[in-house]
Amino acid sequence: MNKQSNTYTLLYIIVLVAVVGTALAFTSISLKERQQNNAAADKMRQILASVNIEANGNSIAQEYEKYIISSFIVNDKGERIDNEVDAFDLSVEAQSKTEAAQRLLPVYQCKLDDGEIKYILPMYGAGLWGPIWGYISVNSDGRTIYGAYFAHQGETPGLGAEIEKPAFTSRFAGKKLFENNKFYPVAVVKAGQPAPEGADYVDGVSGGTITSKGVGAMIDNCISPYSSFLESLDR
Amino acid sequence: MSNKSVFFNPFSKNNPVVVQILGICSVLAVTAKLEPALVMGLSVIAVLAFSNVIISLIRNTIPTNIRIIVQLVVVAGLVVIVSQLLEAFAYDVSKQLSVFIGLIITNCILMGRLEAFAMANRPWASFLDGLGNGIGYTIILVIVGFFRELLGSGTLFGFQIVPQCVYEMGYVNNGLMILPPMALIVVACIIWVHRSFNKDLQEK
Repeated sequence: MNKQSNTYTLLYIIVLVAVVGTALAFTSISLKERQQNNAAADKMRQILASVNIEANGNSIAQEYEKYIISSFIVNDKGERIDNEVDAFDLSVEAQSKTEAAQRLLPVYQCKLDDGEIKYILPMYGAGLWGPIWGYISVNSDGRTIYGAYFAHQGETPGLGAEIEKPAFTSRFAGKKLFENNKFYPVAVVKAGQPAPEGADYVDGVSGGTITSKGVGAMIDNCISPYSSFLESLDR
Repeated sequence: MSNKSVFFNPFSKNNPVVVQILGICSVLAVTAKLEPALVMGLSVIAVLAFSNVIISLIRNTIPTNIRIIVQLVVVAGLVVIVSQLLEAFAYDVSKQLSVFIGLIITNCILMGRLEAFAMANRPWASFLDGLGNGIGYTIILVIVGFFRELLGSGTLFGFQIVPQCVYEMGYVNNGLMILPPMALIVVACIIWVHRSFNKDLQEK
């Protein structure tokens, strides 16, 4: 057969694409369960990291069971609502892009070794190169932050990527969410610049201005809808 | 060319990065830290070796006018498989490398080796050529990653190397090392050293 003919070329590429496509589909299907387990375990690890519990390897699921005593969904008025999808499986990414009044807001209730209750709230936003996300844990009175965890997909190593380091996340501990009974999201400001009025603030990452701004915007967008819920915790 | 020289030449005399100046783009992107640099190198070795073998096996059936497309499809397929495998078995590393694994597809070394070697040689020689070029690429990546992480973050593989007391005496990590331009400058330094040892590579 003439290898330079159009028919041969066409047949060749169809066969090739079919073979490669089958191989890819097979890989994807056979690895899917493992990948989903990895992703779920990684999410549990991140949730625990926001209350300063480090878990790794096979112990993640056990530690998660041990510390996270319940998870539920609230709306922006702070009322618990029933939803078909479990709080853990809810896509924070999709929720963060809807209007605050329509959002389903997952809350993880965590009981530490000393018996203290913390509430963990998920966040999702945009950095410089791609998405950033994280979890903030709030003390049982809902007024101050206990811990934070941030992660990113592709921020510049050494600059924006520093948001995931304890040097940055530890700055959030003890920050106030309420001032004179009014809710203010914690602001992330460039070191030395004035913070917005009323709000508590942390210094951003030097050299990672846009990522730091993204973190601030993410906290504003994702934590503000929880203000009624957090207020209700204090009663 | 003997199989031995096919395998060993890319390490130094015909290194894809410092002699052929290919694949510079990923050297900039993944070498700020040593660990991603190493995993990236290993992934490129795997993709390069296997795509070389596959293309070499089917080289006599490929219609000339779509050979680049065929090469791309094979490379893209392998890259997706590698990235899926990493996601299933080395989740943490796959998160660190994220987009860069996908960018192996655009690595010029791959197209270069497929077009220049695998299209004209037998599978075993092509396998060795892929392996050798992948290792040659990895060597440079690791050297660059070593200097950038050590001078830029004071760590290696994430472990602190520069002692705390040195920081207390006023030493500051060189933030410039983490930015892409320094990767080019480090590569240039490697080329300089490499050429001064290999006089025959110097242009008159």
